[in-house]
Amino acid sequence: MNSIEIKDLVKKFNRDVVAVDGISFEVKKGECFGLLGPNGAGKTTTLNILSTLLQPTSGSAFVAGFDVTKDKANVRRNIGMVFQEPALDSRLTGRENLEFHAMMYGVDAKTRKERIDYFLSLVELSEKAEVLVRNYSGGMKRRLEIARGLIQKPKVLFLDEPTLGLDSQTRRLIWDYIRKLTHESDISIILTTHYMEEADYLCDRIAIIDHGKIVALDTPENLKRAAGEATLEEVFLKYVGTSIRNIEVREKEW
Amino acid sequence: MVEFSAIYVLWLREMKKFLRAKERIIGSVAMPFMFLTFLGFGFNKMEIPGLNSGLSYIHFLVPGMIGMNMLFSSMFSGISVLWDREFGFLKEIMIAPVSRVSIALGRIFGGSTTGIIQGIVFFAASFLLGFSLAPQFGLFRAVFGFLLMLIFMFLISVTFNALGLSFASNMRDAQGFELIINFVMFPLFFLSGAVAPIANLPPFIQVISYLNPLTYGVDGIRGALIRSSMFPIWFDLLLSSFFALILIGLASFFFERSEGV
Repeated sequence: MNSIEIKDLVKKFNRDVVAVDGISFEVKKGECFGLLGPNGAGKTTTLNILSTLLQPTSGSAFVAGFDVTKDKANVRRNIGMVFQEPALDSRLTGRENLEFHAMMYGVDAKTRKERIDYFLSLVELSEKAEVLVRNYSGGMKRRLEIARGLIQKPKVLFLDEPTLGLDSQTRRLIWDYIRKLTHESDISIILTTHYMEEADYLCDRIAIIDHGKIVALDTPENLKRAAGEATLEEVFLKYVGTSIRNIEVREKEW
Repeated sequence: MVEFSAIYVLWLREMKKFLRAKERIIGSVAMPFMFLTFLGFGFNKMEIPGLNSGLSYIHFLVPGMIGMNMLFSSMFSGISVLWDREFGFLKEIMIAPVSRVSIALGRIFGGSTTGIIQGIVFFAASFLLGFSLAPQFGLFRAVFGFLLMLIFMFLISVTFNALGLSFASNMRDAQGFELIINFVMFPLFFLSGAVAPIANLPPFIQVISYLNPLTYGVDGIRGALIRSSMFPIWFDLLLSSFFALILIGLASFFFERSEGV
């Protein structure tokens, strides 16, 4: 059973900029799937399409069995998302941000209280729950966003560079929790990252994406074996080369 | 489809943020108060045709300034969409499993409530500058007038919050939004009869005034507070409600269309 099915997905901006160029893959139930690629490769655009924020130009995408273009409400009901850039209301407290979220997802008052308390302690923010988010550090914001993405108990979780700019302790905390989550529940996770050791540690399978196309897709072990390299970093550079990319990222305009 | 919990939580968010930014209340009341002071004293001897005896220009002006307060705060509250977009929070709202109409309504009602609070503060403060209700009002009519004023405040706020949201849904740049809103807002204000009777305007401009939703809101508040209006109150109520519904529809349409990155 697949949580995500994408076929020949294309996204063009302004008719000529091709951000996603015909990608196809499936993510199985309970799987952690990694999307690796240089800046501007189309990772975030793909996640934006899967989370109904963007309309694909062509191709099809199903999330939790629902079409992302025709059945947006059901897709939204089944997903959780941690965005690449912070998406918190800094003039609300940590708890208020979670309450806002839970109410938007129709979680009833009693369950809401339980889950918010549980997830706050999980990301070690119980003590800071009543502090305005504008006073949070980058790591605290990130942890709060991860808690938020889980409150509605999604079937599919999108993590867009979840550990970007975090210290080692926070990163380790987040990694451990993601691992626990994939082992103990049948939630599917799609994760994008630039940290190869993160992808290696967390992901069951990895797709390397470049210029909007998938150039390799396999388990981390198979990728390393096939390329004859010791680390995922070397595999990655072998596939995408070492030149720096200057691709305009249209979705940053948000 | 409309989800009430989503409307409520969006409204609640707006309330919490408003109450945490005290300078917003003061700032928004200060501007109409300044208008009131300068215009009120400056034109105190102005003849207003059809104004009941015992009332002066300041009595005519205060309902207009309440309308101005509602108009300004409402039109600018659309900017919150652009700030949410700037700070990424709009994405969080947009991927939530609620209809876009509910999101638009939550924003409109949130913005309206803050506008009404500011309007009431201004209304209370205007008594310091010599405003009073129509002298023949008993207690019952005074309370009734106050409640009617609140209804008109609500309708004006909803109308112009919706208009602000319609503009914001089609824009990305907050500074551009402010310029456009000023450009739209001042004609609406001056052609609403807020500072001078519409009857004094040239006939072809009067036509525009009659198409202006604010005209009926201001006129209705005059009827409610000083019992001196161009139209019967029920007519003002009807047209204000009509404009509010049309604009809500328009805002929902634009907001729905604006989804995506």
